[in-house]
Amino acid sequence: MTEIPTSRHSAFQVLTGLFSLPAGARIGAGPMIAAVILVVIVLAAVLAPLYVPYDPLAMNSAARLQAPSSEHLLGTDPYGRDTFSRVMVGARVSLLIGVGAAVVSVAIGLMIGLVAGFFRAADGVIMRIMDSLMAIPAILLAIALVALNGPSLMSVIIAITVPEVPRVVRLVRSVILSAREEPYVEAAIALGSSMPKILIQHLMPNTFAPLIVQGTYICASAILIEAILSFLGAGVSTEIPTWGNIMAEGRTYFQIKPGLIFWPGLMLSLCILAINLLGDTARDLLDPRMKKREG
Amino acid sequence: MEFKSRDFSQAARVLKIRKLKVGLAGRPHAAPVLDGIDLDIRAGETHCLVGESGSGKSVTSLAVMGLLPKDALEVQGGLIALEGVEITAASASQMRALRARKIAMIFQEPMTALNPVLRVGEQIEEVLNMHTDLSQAEAKKRTLDMMDQVHLPDVERIYKAFPHQLSGGQRQRIMIAMALILDPDLLIADEPTTALDVTTQLQILKLIAEMQERQGTAVLFITHDMGVVAEIADTVSVMQQGRIVERAPIRDLLTDPKEDYTKKLLRAVPNLAPRVARAAATKRDVIAVQGLDMTYGGSGFFRKSEGVKAARDVNFTIKPGRTLGIVGESGSGKSTVARCIMRLIDPTAGKVTVAGTEIAQMARRQLQPHRKHFQIVFQDPYRSLNPRWTVARSLCEGPINFGTPRDEAMATAAELMELVDLPRDALDRYPHQFSGGQRQRIAIARAVAMKPDLLVADEAVSALDVSVQAQVLDLLDDIQDRFGVAMLFITHDLRVAAQICDEVLVMQKGLVVEHGPAAEVLSHPRHDYTRNLIEAAPGRHWDFANFRALDTAHPRQGATA
Repeated sequence: MTEIPTSRHSAFQVLTGLFSLPAGARIGAGPMIAAVILVVIVLAAVLAPLYVPYDPLAMNSAARLQAPSSEHLLGTDPYGRDTFSRVMVGARVSLLIGVGAAVVSVAIGLMIGLVAGFFRAADGVIMRIMDSLMAIPAILLAIALVALNGPSLMSVIIAITVPEVPRVVRLVRSVILSAREEPYVEAAIALGSSMPKILIQHLMPNTFAPLIVQGTYICASAILIEAILSFLGAGVSTEIPTWGNIMAEGRTYFQIKPGLIFWPGLMLSLCILAINLLGDTARDLLDPRMKKREG
Repeated sequence: MEFKSRDFSQAARVLKIRKLKVGLAGRPHAAPVLDGIDLDIRAGETHCLVGESGSGKSVTSLAVMGLLPKDALEVQGGLIALEGVEITAASASQMRALRARKIAMIFQEPMTALNPVLRVGEQIEEVLNMHTDLSQAEAKKRTLDMMDQVHLPDVERIYKAFPHQLSGGQRQRIMIAMALILDPDLLIADEPTTALDVTTQLQILKLIAEMQERQGTAVLFITHDMGVVAEIADTVSVMQQGRIVERAPIRDLLTDPKEDYTKKLLRAVPNLAPRVARAAATKRDVIAVQGLDMTYGGSGFFRKSEGVKAARDVNFTIKPGRTLGIVGESGSGKSTVARCIMRLIDPTAGKVTVAGTEIAQMARRQLQPHRKHFQIVFQDPYRSLNPRWTVARSLCEGPINFGTPRDEAMATAAELMELVDLPRDALDRYPHQFSGGQRQRIAIARAVAMKPDLLVADEAVSALDVSVQAQVLDLLDDIQDRFGVAMLFITHDLRVAAQICDEVLVMQKGLVVEHGPAAEVLSHPRHDYTRNLIEAAPGRHWDFANFRALDTAHPRQGATA
């Protein structure tokens, strides 16, 4: 009876106290490569202004539509702007929109979801509002917002966030609804813990693992939607290079200069692939069914 | 009490296991899960495999069925023979042919063993379609006939029913029909009655015995319940940590166990003789419940529905240092009463006075300061502690809510760990690092930390092995002695109630049918329902702990052996 297995904490668990990685869980080669790719892309984007050889907006009529050379690594576009510089700097906006949309929709969704899951009275009203928000397509909303406010980063993030929030709310609500039936929550009620304390300390941590997974998917889909919106001309202003903008402009010259679409497209695909792969890995690791009972 | 005493030495040997070794797949040098199991079962014999959780009972049955989880467990040596034919190395398709025809199995939880989206009749029929060439009409006729044999009522209707439309007992009958329809030589029953109420359990045990009689089937019956063993076994094997430590005919095992482990196991089995009631410490009632009513549902938005009356007009009082047990089968409303008293749900009517305060109708916010007077221990030790919190944090939660400084709460927590017999350094660990019994001790410590006047134990020992159960019951007894708390003990197990309760209240379908001193209710039940409950308790005439018949047993009313 008194024999207790020695504590086995992964560093991750000690750090956060939130999750316990299943004993012996190994992260495969795929996710490792994905992580490396993502880190490289993020670093390249953040540090872009320090190393790109040209101002991504500087036009040069003498150097239009050039082929890749030592001077212009990936060639130039119809205005003589350096494609390499534009793709690298463009990553900044794309990633910013991805992360921004993910963080904003998870944060808002978490708050609304907690309320909907915990307070029975609010549940019906909130969920019907969420259902109606879900019916708004991101692209139409973006076009409407751009028409109202003009193209801006904010409009794009709002347009992507609004239809995502209800999905997060549903997720959080369902987790809270099942967690609140757990005996340890009832025990906390019996111990006289206040409602906010139970909600924040007992219930909310249950949502973190699924939210991390959901967040990565939102991030990937936001980057993609941003590219689509820019391609349609409903995204951020055309002066700011983003992967979508670059591809939209390269469309006309696609037959003579496929690189104008290929390079930003490749970056976009790699980036989304890497994020989704990491999301899948996180889901597998954090899924409670993967956890083993010890002791 | 009468035990089965037929001699099977002349009967044909159905199952023979020799030196069976099962270990972790791909790790031949790791400690084996089963180590040198020898087992013989002859036609018509019922062989019981008993042992605590983790002793390897189920692994043994899965090995025989060829159903060991792939990539996790594998047979590493020994021999399994069915009617003289070795099946240890049988291929998957050979085993598939053997199953149902030669060996069949029934499981603990018939709801999960049946397919929820298929009609139960079709599921039985599928066994016939897979293994015989019967025509559609013949198969259906045989299915209905089999359903009749397992005493299902109105077979035509039940044939078309889905599993969720049947009761637990009916589902288990369907499982038995499915297992026995091809007249197998060996039936493996893995805790088939553990999830059922005692009266249903009795019916199912009788049914298995009847079918065995009719078909001459050998039965390997896996259970942790010594009472069930006493009722049905011809021979018994006691398992501990992957080995069979003792094997004997039932009478020999219960009257003269040889091994220390068997003795320990038997000593832990509570008997049905009620304890001597304790005197109340003071006259004052800790809790008084008057006319408690709980109706679920009922107030629809569009139309008024009847609602489910889960508890009706419940009245009782408990004095300090005394224990009141509420017993009843599932759905009797016993847990509803506990949850109403804890105000985890709001009773529809009635008064609950705890430590002088009426709490049944009090608003939740006003109730908060009174919560420290009454605490609860739940059934499932795996879910009643927050898995993300250290033990220390769980133990301190309550006292800190009531204004105890953190240092002081931590000091108390350390003392409590000693009280419940766990090392102090366990405070920094997480619940998953403890066994079920240890977690239940932690849950008890958490409740005691509040220094409550009333402790509600809702099936607090039902999920535990019998030896652990005995320790936890001792702990509760000790706590009651030391702090003089009043206890409300909810249980479906009359043996446990007899061990711990001074007073017993019997509930059926939300109504209190009998209420009185434990000795009175358990020895001289006045209500038919109570009598049925007591008579259905398996092995009730045997005092397992003292290896002899129970001398206080009242005259037997019907043969159950």
